[in-house]
Amino acid sequence: MSKLLTKDKEVVVPGEHLAEGMDYLPGAGTYREGEKIISSVLGLTRIEGRAIKLIPLSGKYLPKRGDMIIGRVFEIAFSGWRIDTESAYQAMLNMREATSDFIPKGANLTKYFDFGDYIVCKITNVTSQNLIDITMKGPGLRKLKGGRVIKVNCHKVPRIIGKKGSMVSMIKKATDCKIIVGQNGVIWLQGEDPKMELLAVKTIKKIEKEAHINGLTDRIKKYLEKETGKKIETDRGEQ
Amino acid sequence: MNEELRNHIINLLNKGVRLDGRKPLEYRKPVDIKYDFSKSAEGSARVQIGETVVIAGVKLATQEPYPDSPEEGCLMVNAELLPISNPEFETGPPGIDAIEISRVVDRGIRESKAIDMKKLCVEKGEKVWSVMIDICPLNDAGNLFDISALSALAALKNTKFPKTDKEGTIDYKNKTDKSLSLDKQTVSVTVCKIGDHLIVDPITEEEKVIDARMTIATDQNQNLCAMQKGGDSPLTEEEISKMVDIGVKKCDELRKAL
Repeated sequence: MSKLLTKDKEVVVPGEHLAEGMDYLPGAGTYREGEKIISSVLGLTRIEGRAIKLIPLSGKYLPKRGDMIIGRVFEIAFSGWRIDTESAYQAMLNMREATSDFIPKGANLTKYFDFGDYIVCKITNVTSQNLIDITMKGPGLRKLKGGRVIKVNCHKVPRIIGKKGSMVSMIKKATDCKIIVGQNGVIWLQGEDPKMELLAVKTIKKIEKEAHINGLTDRIKKYLEKETGKKIETDRGEQ
Repeated sequence: MNEELRNHIINLLNKGVRLDGRKPLEYRKPVDIKYDFSKSAEGSARVQIGETVVIAGVKLATQEPYPDSPEEGCLMVNAELLPISNPEFETGPPGIDAIEISRVVDRGIRESKAIDMKKLCVEKGEKVWSVMIDICPLNDAGNLFDISALSALAALKNTKFPKTDKEGTIDYKNKTDKSLSLDKQTVSVTVCKIGDHLIVDPITEEEKVIDARMTIATDQNQNLCAMQKGGDSPLTEEEISKMVDIGVKKCDELRKAL
């Protein structure tokens, strides 16, 4: 006889029994041990039919193919650059994927990307051994010049971006900052006015802190309007 | 390595703002000091400025005095940079940064003669009290120098002697009302130079890109007690006197929090 031991949308900790019996299926963030389904992360439960999934609330970034991330060059190898991705695994940027320029044999690779440079890149492949391949070829993928880099919990990134980018474009509009949000929780900002840049940082930190509370968009809009003293027009699109 | 960050910080400083929105010579607020943080220590304090948290404890013990100062007590300061406070710190014996912090704190207290060492004498040439200060950052978000010195002083202020019986055995479980005779209130302020700008109370990002820093310790009468210069760049005479002026002023501000 199968039994569900948890409810939908409940916070669970690693090791908690979620269900018993073979009628339920372990989804992402859970595993089966004998008859039991046990959680492996701190997260929110989602029960979809027979499958039990967990939406993680904490933990490091897990690389996924197609994600746009911001990484930092930490090593230069013979055939390219090694990139710190803020996850448990490092990425490899091959010379062929880095630039369309011709790179002569034995060239000094720091001319293209130096140690400590931040780059916007896209994950092209993640192997079963978690080796990450990234590319710099694509719209908006480049080396970041100037500005500042902040780090947030990568699980809050969807809330910072908002539905179809609504949240981040609202911050951009209100503060006149350039903002790039990497899926790995690394965010790059640059603003003409240092006060506005700081406001953008504060707003992002506020979103990170209050991501789980209802009515986030309205609250952030009010906050930005209060801080900047301007009215913000938002095309809310479909909600 | 941090060229981009450095340029950004200098650009902001040219506009008179810092990375976190403070003015160049503004300390983080509030300065939060909690006394009596540890039950087992004779005196302890936890100091929080911004996100940096440091705890300090004072241990009192009796020992034989050093031969060159038979009537004076001993002072020892030890700082340990735990990996819990900053991912860049390693376990193991104290590294060069930890040694520098403990030496700078030690020098501030010792050279200002904050503690009356003669009063720590129990029996001339035989037995004196030794004061051991342990400093432990719980979170390093910059400026460990000043906050360590402040926490050490706060812990000294909080120190009470333990009870001793006639044979001289110390009963650490019971404290007396007698506190250390603290004549001076020595705090220190580190002034950092980035480009042409001088700042106080740097955060982690700023500490990575400073050219030079100078720690200035003063007592409550604005007497200069100790100084320590760090960083790669040299300083001009003019810069040093500017730094000292800033340091003296900021020390008075910090002292108010005690």
